[in-house]
Amino acid sequence: MSGTEKGAVLILGAASDIARATARAYAAQGHPIQLAARNVDRLSADKADLETRSGVTVTLHELDALDTASHKGFVDGLPDLPQIAVSAIGVLGDQGDNASDPDKATAIFRANFEGPASLFLVLANAMEARGSGTLIGISSVAGDRGRASNYIYGSAKAGFTAYLSGLRNRLAKKGVHVVTVLPGFVATAMTEGMDLNPRLTAQPEEVAQAILNAGEKRRDVVYVRGIWRLIMAVIRSIPEGIFKKTSI
Amino acid sequence: MTRLSGWGRFPVAACKTRRARSEADVAAALDTPLIARGNGRAYGDAALNPDLTLDMRGTDRMISFDAGTGVLVAEAGVLLADVIAAFLPRGWFPMVTPGTKFVTLGGAIAADVHGKNHHRDGSFRRCLDWIEVMGPEGEVTRTRPGDDLFDWTCGGMGLTGVILRAQLRLAPVATGWIEQEVRAAPNLDAAMDEMEMTLDRPYSVAWVDCLASGRDLGRSLIMLGRHADLSDLPAGKRAAPFATPDKTTRRLPFDLPPALLNSATLGTLNAAYYARGRRKTGKHLVDWDSYFYPLDTILDWNRGYGKRGFVQFQCVLPMETAREGMRALLKRISASGQGSFLSVLKRMGPAEGRFSFPMEGYTLALDFPATERALDLMKRLDDIMTAFGGRQYLAKDARMEKRVLDASDPRAKAFAEMRAQQGLTGRFTSLQSERLGL
Repeated sequence: MSGTEKGAVLILGAASDIARATARAYAAQGHPIQLAARNVDRLSADKADLETRSGVTVTLHELDALDTASHKGFVDGLPDLPQIAVSAIGVLGDQGDNASDPDKATAIFRANFEGPASLFLVLANAMEARGSGTLIGISSVAGDRGRASNYIYGSAKAGFTAYLSGLRNRLAKKGVHVVTVLPGFVATAMTEGMDLNPRLTAQPEEVAQAILNAGEKRRDVVYVRGIWRLIMAVIRSIPEGIFKKTSI
Repeated sequence: MTRLSGWGRFPVAACKTRRARSEADVAAALDTPLIARGNGRAYGDAALNPDLTLDMRGTDRMISFDAGTGVLVAEAGVLLADVIAAFLPRGWFPMVTPGTKFVTLGGAIAADVHGKNHHRDGSFRRCLDWIEVMGPEGEVTRTRPGDDLFDWTCGGMGLTGVILRAQLRLAPVATGWIEQEVRAAPNLDAAMDEMEMTLDRPYSVAWVDCLASGRDLGRSLIMLGRHADLSDLPAGKRAAPFATPDKTTRRLPFDLPPALLNSATLGTLNAAYYARGRRKTGKHLVDWDSYFYPLDTILDWNRGYGKRGFVQFQCVLPMETAREGMRALLKRISASGQGSFLSVLKRMGPAEGRFSFPMEGYTLALDFPATERALDLMKRLDDIMTAFGGRQYLAKDARMEKRVLDASDPRAKAFAEMRAQQGLTGRFTSLQSERLGL
């Protein structure tokens, strides 16, 4: 470790594969880690792992992303206001169920948009007041254009992407940087059993590395695998009259 | 279904796969026959099961480390590479390591891997304080050296249950450097004499030109090594003794055409390598990564044999027959004109355990493209190995016939009987265990 004190990194939704890989990558650089998730006690083995591998301090924080009223208290209760906060909160669900059941659809909207947006709202205000910080939101290429196969999840992510863009604009001159990360397919528990093209599918460690680099180099919008930037540019460019008849 | 293979990419099988991230995930998978798989570094079909191949890489947490004693507790999916990354900077290195750092702890235990220090320090089992194994009913047993379960599990190829966790001791090292000494031996006898005379060296291995024949048969470069002390480093390196150059890893981006590796190109390569090595004998400082894991810098080097894949042949012969037997094996190989660039000869220390590969004597390892001709040659090598009282390394095996195993390794029968008695047969199975009737 370099000797200079590294700022704390808060991982929101810390139980996911991407979150675990991201926590490891930051811990390896010597950052203290704050893991936040529902039933956070189940992450005690992950806390031990990070401490054993990297010798950093790791704290666990109970978080209900859907209970927006609790978010101010959650942030105030952290040992330090983090230097970097990463949101890995997200639920894919099943598009068929999501599209037919309003309760399920709402749950997807809330988990992928409201919850993380509310948490970033509280964090952004605190970081703005301090005059420094980095907010890294993991959104999705599914938010780049609504498609029949995943528009419930995709529209929530589209909302989150737009939110991050606005937040970045607002905070650009306030010392707070906002990164939008668009992973594309990732080999995680969320996608297990799906038949994904390996060329388009990143490993969680790859996403973690992209997150670290983006924060360090103050990138704005990052596609983890560059090919996705191209794919989504093509998908976005198809005129709606044609697009609506496709099944992509 | 996923098309899976071992590191040799032969054979390939369609397997149902699932990733375990916790002990509960492993327990939930026990309703079908399965084999646990680590990082897929066994060469053949040891970690393939069409019903369920349980990917253990999701269980890769380090649980605790005692900086005073170097004792690490970790889950089975942790890679040796992770262990080195975390603890070499603090002065600790694995006590036993195979030729790749991309193996999981679970895989290292299941194959009871050995390294260049086997003649002195034994196989992977020696660094273990305990292992935890999940049995067919989901019960977890912590087992220690001296227990039956421990003895069958080390070298048991994952067939005694799913290895979940282990406590292992790391070895203290003063630097990240190895003092390597290269000696050239003009033939097999000279190579073996040299290895007998250097048994006190911590690390020793020989690269053999397996295509040399006649009076050059078995000519070798013997590579001895020990962990360098601080005083061995040039002054400039002493301030940061664990800082070694970052390896630029390369990846073989495509399958090489099969014709590239033929007897003419290999013979030339081997002769050139020997000649170059002979000119560079003596002592050198080498960083740990280059010394222990030269091939790891070329990710996916297994594509070098092309799409058809390759097969490794590794056997060990007992001391009494080693000279004669190795000569017979090498003669057969060089006469066939098929051979490999990487043929390795190593002196092994005493046998331990009930089903681990090593025995006191000499082990020879080399790989062949998975062609009819090479597979045929390997059958001849099986016969020679059996006649000289040797046995084969199951972590490398992809093709041995059951009759060869039965004839060469009487322990296999006891292993299969133990499995039947313990209700493990049919629960933990791999394509290899079925082929070999284990």
